[in-house]
Amino acid sequence: MAGGAPILSLRDLRVTFPTPAGPARAVRGVDLDVFAGESVAVVGESGSGKSVTMLATLGLLPQAQVSGSVKWGNTELVGANVDTLRSVRGRRISMVFQDPMTSLNPVLTVGKQMTLVMKAHQPRLGKKELRAKAVDLLHQVAIPQAGRRIDAYPHELSGGMRQRVMIAMAITNDPEVLIADEPTTALDVTVQAQIMELLRNLREEKNLALVLITHDLGVVAGNADRVAVMYAGRVVERAPVLDVFARPQHPYTTALLECLPRLDLRKEVVNSIGGTPPNPANLPSGCPFAPRCPRAVDLCSAQEPVLVRMGATDVACSVVSDGATAGVSV
Amino acid sequence: MIAPPRRVRRGRPEWLRGPALIGVIAIVVWVLIALTIPLWTPYDPLASVAPRLQDPGWPHLMGTDQLGRDVFTRTLWGSRTSLPVAFVVILASVIIGTVIGAVAGYRGGWVDAVLMRFVDMTMAFPPILLAMAITASLGPGVRNALIAMVLVWWPIYARLLRAQVIAVKQREYVESAEAIGVKRFTILRRYILPMAYTPVLVNATMDFGQVVLLTASLSFIGLGARPPSPEWGAMITEGATQFYSWWIATAPGLAIVSVVLAFNYLGDALRDSFDVKGVV
Amino acid sequence: MPFLLFGIASIVFLVSRLTPGDPLITIVGERNLNNPEVVAAAKAKWGLDQSVLQQYFAYMKNLLQGNMGTSFTTRQPVVHDLWQRLPATLELTIYALVGGVSIGVTLGVLAARHRNKFIDHVARFFALLGSSLPAFWAGLLLLYAFYARLRWLPGPGRIDPRGVAPDKVTGFYTVDSLLMGDLALWKDSMMHLILPACVLGWGVVGIVSRLVRASLLDEFSMDYVRVARAMGLRERTVVNSHALRNALLPTITIVAFMFAFLLTGAVLTETVFSWPGAGSYAVDASRNLDYPAIIGVTLLGGTAFLFTNLFSDIAYAFADPRIRLS
Repeated sequence: MAGGAPILSLRDLRVTFPTPAGPARAVRGVDLDVFAGESVAVVGESGSGKSVTMLATLGLLPQAQVSGSVKWGNTELVGANVDTLRSVRGRRISMVFQDPMTSLNPVLTVGKQMTLVMKAHQPRLGKKELRAKAVDLLHQVAIPQAGRRIDAYPHELSGGMRQRVMIAMAITNDPEVLIADEPTTALDVTVQAQIMELLRNLREEKNLALVLITHDLGVVAGNADRVAVMYAGRVVERAPVLDVFARPQHPYTTALLECLPRLDLRKEVVNSIGGTPPNPANLPSGCPFAPRCPRAVDLCSAQEPVLVRMGATDVACSVVSDGATAGVSV
Repeated sequence: MIAPPRRVRRGRPEWLRGPALIGVIAIVVWVLIALTIPLWTPYDPLASVAPRLQDPGWPHLMGTDQLGRDVFTRTLWGSRTSLPVAFVVILASVIIGTVIGAVAGYRGGWVDAVLMRFVDMTMAFPPILLAMAITASLGPGVRNALIAMVLVWWPIYARLLRAQVIAVKQREYVESAEAIGVKRFTILRRYILPMAYTPVLVNATMDFGQVVLLTASLSFIGLGARPPSPEWGAMITEGATQFYSWWIATAPGLAIVSVVLAFNYLGDALRDSFDVKGVV
Repeated sequence: MPFLLFGIASIVFLVSRLTPGDPLITIVGERNLNNPEVVAAAKAKWGLDQSVLQQYFAYMKNLLQGNMGTSFTTRQPVVHDLWQRLPATLELTIYALVGGVSIGVTLGVLAARHRNKFIDHVARFFALLGSSLPAFWAGLLLLYAFYARLRWLPGPGRIDPRGVAPDKVTGFYTVDSLLMGDLALWKDSMMHLILPACVLGWGVVGIVSRLVRASLLDEFSMDYVRVARAMGLRERTVVNSHALRNALLPTITIVAFMFAFLLTGAVLTETVFSWPGAGSYAVDASRNLDYPAIIGVTLLGGTAFLFTNLFSDIAYAFADPRIRLS
């Protein structure tokens, strides 16, 4: 864990969506710190709330009710006005999204879209400077023939290149945190590796902190310093990456790891976790993982566990922590 | 057998609120007027009952026209022409259009191609010009105007139905029904058409107003209802010649606007409610 | 495409033969029924002695030679009449279209950005009112208000009745008067355009604003909009530079539809404002049962609509880079 104060700090973040079936509690009290230059992976299935957490951080969910605290330095982002949010978005904290095809505007050239991002934060740049800067950014993300690519339309580029363009747009104004929401899920495996390597390089060059949202533990292994595992809107395990892989505490983490195909063990059957994740509009009482958990006991359905420190790991499981209810700091 | 999906009812319809509700009320009021006015009409709409060209006031709420007839009464009577005509036109267009469009969409192939070519050609004309031409050919009068409007209007529904049928045709439950040998006509009737009626309903509601407008327009030109019939469009023509007696044209105009606006709001609300976009 | 043209002409022929009476009436007019010379000439030219099929061929042949018959009322070839009156209609239609689209887009953007708030309801009412008003009635009312009572705007016609039309170069008074350097005449013709263009364009505003609103709302739920916001773009930039470009694409396809809409409106608007265009020509023809003229205008309308459709398809393909470059 890096030393010093965290640059981004989430405390008890809660996000609820109004739906015709009642309020859907997508995020139910998340605590997370991000330190300068480190890489934090947020892992979970679809519906665990991992994307929503980070979207709420930047205030990108106008129809949701958000409570809790998101601190950037000393600035509170929850409930902040549009100008404050705009000063942070794309400038201090940037976000890269999952599907590069739909994330780019199909009727504008790549260059034009990058220019718009630049002008949003540095309105005084002239046309020539903007173009030069855009080409330079494309170089930085290793796009060949940047001078020609800049006038291309998104559908003329491959998936990997589009993702690079999005990354270029994200680092335009030298942010300090890059949130990557499933950056490689929509790409081929070889391209995945290239993109992750690009992110690694950028991190080193610019001391950029990375929040990596993914459901793919394979990607986590080589690219994260710390891991936070989410289930049903809460963090259920939080630890340095090696600890998560070597000594997983929470039954959900263990189950996730068992689903990974492995080269070193001889297994014929690929595991999966039985059952489905709970509906955020209709959560069961007690621990939300209990219905699917092989180690569940009666206590689990009665009382929702809180995060408890066990060694280097924070884990929220009544069975593992022997029913301990003492909360823990991040 | 895989059954077609059922519609879920959710209590009081959400669309029946605000301006749409006012629209429905207005429509009901007009229908009642059209049905019952012979019983309680203040004056004879065709007879001269007062001095000519009187200003609006009491007892003639919208004054009198150049032949001394009560404008307000005539306006109310106008609904007996406009509303039934529009109803018949829409009904006939929907029926003819549904038959032709469904057959074209379901059969496909050359049947589809031929029918759709015909539809395209008919729709290539601006509706009013075609209606004018047909009515002029057949001879002026409400009945011929009605026929003309049906001939102009059915292609819209043919196209609509065809698109719907084609979309639904691909669905699995239709394929499975065909596979077990359900008769083609039954499939059309019980599987495809129930899913198709929503856009037809929205369209028909909004078209009702447009047909009323077209009827009035044709009468205005002299091709639809003829004097002394108290039809709204014909009344406006008379009002145009008596320019400074502004009430003669205003009353029927307001009537038209109220009816068309009511149907427009209703159709708009229906369209909004059937067109469900995601919440998040 | 040529097939469609052919089809249109055929339909028009069918329509003209719907007359319950003697088709001779539709070609020669009632007055001339007793004139043996005229009748004989007509029979020869249009094949009226022969079978319907041969009449059809005669009709087509005449059409290809640019002959649509002679108007009863003007005694001129219909083609000539149409050629004379078309510029007036085009001038009015273009102003109405341009004005209507501009206002419609602006209104649609406002309605989408402030969804369900006051401005949205106002815009919706304005739009729905536009398609509820009978054009001829609205024209009468406006004339009464702004001309007869307030005297702010001039009355019917393209220019002052005592004035002289500009020398014909394009047939557009607003253009020709400028070409002549006659500013007073230019102003006069512009003033005369205001009311009819407003009446004609109102419907356009309605349709365009609803469409732009709906398209924009669709775009707002797209990923790239969220990405743009995440990159810190101002909301105004997101709407105008990103979403609007996409939202306007469907508007282009609607241009063809609007043209038919405007032709419809033009017929009635021209009548009310005594505008000497093709629309009022059609109305006069209908009132007088001048069949060749009616047929001629109908044919013109259908053909024009076809061409606008083609044009808008091309324009759309050009505007959408995904199609243009493939």
